[in-house]
Amino acid sequence: MSKEEVVLLDFWASPFCGRVRIALAEKGVEYQNREEDVLGSKSELLLNSNPIHKKVPVLLHNGKPVCESTVIVNYIDEAWPSRPLLPTCPYERARARFWGDFIDKKIFEGGTKIWSSKGEALEVGKKDFIEILKQLEGTLGEKDFFCGDNFGFVDILLIPLTTWFYAYEKFGGFKVEDECPKFSVWVKRCMQRESVAKALPEPEKVYEAVLMLRKMNGIE
Amino acid sequence: MAEEVKLFGRWASPFSRRIEVALKRKGVQFEYIEEDLSNKSPALLKYNPVHKKIPVLVHNGKPVAESLVILEYIDETWKHNPILPTDPYEKALARFWARFIDEKFWAIWPAVKRAILSREKEREEAIEETRQHLKTLESGLKERKFVGGESLGFVELAANVIVWLFAAQEVLGLEILTEEKFPTLHEWSQRFVDDAVFKECAPPRERLIAYYKVLYGASTASK
Repeated sequence: MSKEEVVLLDFWASPFCGRVRIALAEKGVEYQNREEDVLGSKSELLLNSNPIHKKVPVLLHNGKPVCESTVIVNYIDEAWPSRPLLPTCPYERARARFWGDFIDKKIFEGGTKIWSSKGEALEVGKKDFIEILKQLEGTLGEKDFFCGDNFGFVDILLIPLTTWFYAYEKFGGFKVEDECPKFSVWVKRCMQRESVAKALPEPEKVYEAVLMLRKMNGIE
Repeated sequence: MAEEVKLFGRWASPFSRRIEVALKRKGVQFEYIEEDLSNKSPALLKYNPVHKKIPVLVHNGKPVAESLVILEYIDETWKHNPILPTDPYEKALARFWARFIDEKFWAIWPAVKRAILSREKEREEAIEETRQHLKTLESGLKERKFVGGESLGFVELAANVIVWLFAAQEVLGLEILTEEKFPTLHEWSQRFVDDAVFKECAPPRERLIAYYKVLYGASTASK
């Protein structure tokens, strides 16, 4: 059997890279991790592998690049089919993809509005963000994870984004636990999984990175 | 068992038309419900409470929303004549390109609207922004081969927005999408126009252009 080569072009603070690290860990796939200097100079390999977006994460499987974190997580699920991350029934899969799309469109952008704004814009951003989390809380309901009893696709897409919430809370002057207690319970539940705990950065470190981002963007 | 398939859509929406093409391609009988977005039906609000948008596919009473999600659902439910490749890597590429096309469209369309509605400097800026996004779309699609007819694939279904971009150009009254500068977009647009399956589910071009002209109150006088 030929040896598989799996390389991840990575950045420690990126929640999108976090998704891929968790998915690979869930599947028990061994890989080589290459940290990219995304704020400095990107490697030739990154620029050649993702010429369209020039962004991490990029998964290189036997040299072939897969880009866009959600596409990568789907790819990992299909290339290593044991321990599936998506439900089996088409309707439940569509539901999972719908919420994955919602998370992709709303969370990071919503959070960015909080850390990059001041005054009125910040208040609006905060309010909108909490609304988004409440919608997610609604769909989670009484379930342990978004698709039921098992940790899967939607949880993987969402949990890394929560490492940035501490930064949003500091800038926005709110606590997710107070506004969306059920959501917080789900976060804690996910963080108990080894694949998640090992893959994700400390929120305090992310906060320091966001502080630097603010400075770089001239916000204070 | 009798299947009940409904599609809530809009005649002028490329996202809704994609789903029509996919269903026709699979030979799935469906009931089409035209939505008036200024007066959304209680059914639409019930089936898509999160976004309140079309298209929504309702299969035996269960709703699926977001056009690319719906396409994957259709492909997994009616397995013959597949839309997506079976190989995971090819599938990943198809998903990547479809997302890219949609992202570009949602960057271009507001810029075009601004160009139509603005004057002078703001209009010039919007036109330039449109041009830049179109260039990215062109260079992105350059390497891909259009796969049409009964084999219209996931990427081609997503790329139907190219036809809408050409219609928008007519409304703008400017020749931005020239064959010389955008040969790939031109080729794809032509392939769509010639494609029998696509044509069956496309809005009449003149009707679309007239509709947008009215919607954006565009005058042919550029200024």
